[in-house]
Amino acid sequence: MGMPQAAIEIENLSKEYPYGFLSLKKRKSLEDLTMRVEDGEVFGFLGPNGAGKSTTIKLLMRLIFPTTGTARILGKSIDDVSMHGSIGYLPEQPYFYDYLTAHELLDYFARFHRLTASDRAARVQAMLKKVGLDTAKKIQLRKYSKGMLQRVGLAQAILHDPHVVVLDEPMSGLDPLGRREVRDIILELKRDGRTVLFSTHVLSDAEMLCDRVGVIVGGKLRGIGAPGELVNMKAQGMEILFELSGSARNLPLLEKATRTGERYRVQLPETELYAALDALKAAGARILSVTQIKPTLEEYFMNLVEADRAQASAVEVTGK
Amino acid sequence: MNRRTINGVILGAALLAGFVCVWKLQEKVDAERTALQLESDELTLRSPAVLKKLSLEYGPLLGAIYWTRVVQYFGAKHHAGDQKLDQLWPLLDSTTTLDPNLLVAYRFGAMFLSDSPPRGAGLPDLAVELLQRGMKANPEYWKLYQDLGNVYYFDKRDYQKASQAYEAGSKFPDAPPFMKAMAAKIAAEGGSLETSYALWLDIYQTSTNKEMRNNAEDHLRLVQAEMDMREIDKIADAYEQKTKHRATRISELVQAGMLPGQPRDPDGFAYVLNDQGKAEPNPKSPLREEWLREKM
Amino acid sequence: MRNVPTVAANTFREAVRDRVLYNLVFFALLMMGAAILVGQISIGIEQDVIVSLGLSAISLIGIFIAVFLGVGLVSREMDKRTLYALLAKPVKRWEFLLGKFFGLVMTLTVNTAAMAAGLYIALWTVKHPLLKSDAFILVAVYLILLKLALIVALALLFSCFTTPFLAILFTAGIYVAGLFAADLRTIHGVDLDPGALRLMRGISYLLPNFQNFDVMGAVVHGRGVPEAIVWHATLYTILYIAIVLTGAAVVFSRRNLK
Repeated sequence: MGMPQAAIEIENLSKEYPYGFLSLKKRKSLEDLTMRVEDGEVFGFLGPNGAGKSTTIKLLMRLIFPTTGTARILGKSIDDVSMHGSIGYLPEQPYFYDYLTAHELLDYFARFHRLTASDRAARVQAMLKKVGLDTAKKIQLRKYSKGMLQRVGLAQAILHDPHVVVLDEPMSGLDPLGRREVRDIILELKRDGRTVLFSTHVLSDAEMLCDRVGVIVGGKLRGIGAPGELVNMKAQGMEILFELSGSARNLPLLEKATRTGERYRVQLPETELYAALDALKAAGARILSVTQIKPTLEEYFMNLVEADRAQASAVEVTGK
Repeated sequence: MNRRTINGVILGAALLAGFVCVWKLQEKVDAERTALQLESDELTLRSPAVLKKLSLEYGPLLGAIYWTRVVQYFGAKHHAGDQKLDQLWPLLDSTTTLDPNLLVAYRFGAMFLSDSPPRGAGLPDLAVELLQRGMKANPEYWKLYQDLGNVYYFDKRDYQKASQAYEAGSKFPDAPPFMKAMAAKIAAEGGSLETSYALWLDIYQTSTNKEMRNNAEDHLRLVQAEMDMREIDKIADAYEQKTKHRATRISELVQAGMLPGQPRDPDGFAYVLNDQGKAEPNPKSPLREEWLREKM
Repeated sequence: MRNVPTVAANTFREAVRDRVLYNLVFFALLMMGAAILVGQISIGIEQDVIVSLGLSAISLIGIFIAVFLGVGLVSREMDKRTLYALLAKPVKRWEFLLGKFFGLVMTLTVNTAAMAAGLYIALWTVKHPLLKSDAFILVAVYLILLKLALIVALALLFSCFTTPFLAILFTAGIYVAGLFAADLRTIHGVDLDPGALRLMRGISYLLPNFQNFDVMGAVVHGRGVPEAIVWHATLYTILYIAIVLTGAAVVFSRRNLK
């Protein structure tokens, strides 16, 4: 029987861009990516801007061509355009023909899939409803807000009920309500057994939705696995938020704290936590919260980028 | 009225005043330039070949534009009574280079290039060249042969070539019998008043161009006068034979009953006899000047 | 192949909504004005002027649209990224190109036909009734349309691999060069070596020979156009366009989008 077929398989995928004088220099925007996305899972690409997430997705969608390496979606090579009938794609910062209405756009795109006319009409209508654009469907896209465009983009991606859905930064530019709606749609897709690949630089989205994430920084895959275990970073201490009025101002703790009105915020190592809590209790302070200080994803990325740069300059210095 | 309206009105008035000043100034400049005769008849582009290249595929359109220039130029010169038509050939050259199928340009050009001043430019050789160019580009058009025949007949006085042109033209399937008749007549008699009259009459009757028709009419007047005077001379000769005395006044011939009355030229003026007893146009007649010119 | 008409229909719809065809209004006014004006000047060739003015305007306006919109067919989609979602569908890149091509050619056909109608109306006001020989104007219009289709194909090709500005320049340049292609063959240069002459001959045949489409000289004066010219021009255009579009498809198929 063997392993279940992966939805997406990527092998040694690389992309180099020539630049500079006479295009002699080369910039590696993706280096030697090898990974799988299993059937039915929700996979998130995490990474800072310019890390290579979009590049990978565009390579998969055949918008750009790899320098080396191959990839397969649903067992078919990415060169096989007919396979696109089973994939849905939402581009980054989507822009569509602004002279069309949402209804016309979806109808137009639907024609590239082999659907009967009535089937097409039904699906278009269903999609418009699903993303909440039913009332705006006769308005030209040039009058749409960014959020509305994102929803149209989502609609055209899942219109034909594809087995694999690829979304490039689906949450960007959305207000909290919009992000919630997108999350709901992704979860619904998962429930229906579809495979979803999306890219984001917001950790909480990834944590909430993904079965697994892949972290890409500087064109390289840095880690791959379930969100919790991957970004499990050592806590760097505790933070206490408390209120203190008037009296007992001579607490040595206060010197290390930042103050806003009568609220104070202080950070200290975990070992000193209980001693500090006792001191505050004695001073009559009101404890508002005690939280772990975790490095943010930004810091995590920064560290990786710094490490990259250090390595690069080391190479320059040593000339290797 | 509030502040904004007042400002608006002042601005509007200022703009209007500005335009009026520009207009008046332009009138002054125009007058100065006319006085200096700065506006020459020069074409902006001398070379028709270059012009043709620049016109890409739009030759016929530019040809039509140049044709209007020919018409304007000619009309203006005629109105001014100007004798020098030195821009006529360059303009026609450009016109027919741009649009080799513009037949009216060849016909008009042939007539007015070859006709002697002040009616035309007096350049029959150029007229022949123009017509030959026209025939090459429009080999199915017989009327150019008629024009060629006329140029040879009237302005070059080469009756052999004239007859040949008419003969060649008569061979076209749609050519009228007139062509063959003229070919024969000219071959037989060379230049004659009857032939000249017939040739001008045909042009007068068939031409659709106003200028050409007027010119033909002018020529017809003159030929008519010549024929009249020839008849009068014949009568005067007969009178001399009878009375052994040369008449010096028309009235003598009338009294002798040899003329029914005072014969008048096409302009309405009575003919006179000169000192040698030969008929001449009346000194007051406009025909006299034209007749004198022809004789020279 | 089924996708080609889909893309073509949408391209046509875009042109209609893009108000490109509003030039027809301008053209109609131009024709009417010309008809009136020419009537006043009365130089004996009113019909000829209206026909040559009308055909020239149809040709120039058509070329303008063919070049600018032709270049924009692909470059606009690439700039605005509207192409991304489309190419993720089961559409081949060459299907997309062909669809765009036919969409614009359809637009130009409608445009040109409407302008030709305007020309006939203007002609009728100056000279009624119209004669049978006036039907030859349609032949000239048809040849203009062939020419425009070829220009669109060239614009499409150039826009696949250079910037829009350069593509416009190249297309316009090839149009002008193509008009003089025949002249390259008849150059009588005494001081040119046979190698150079042969090279020029070769280039003259490679260039699109746009003078093939020029029958204005005959039609303006009410003369006919031999059938053979029309057939041969049609065949030439089809062949040349096929070559150009194949080149465009090859280039575009391997192009990395931004």
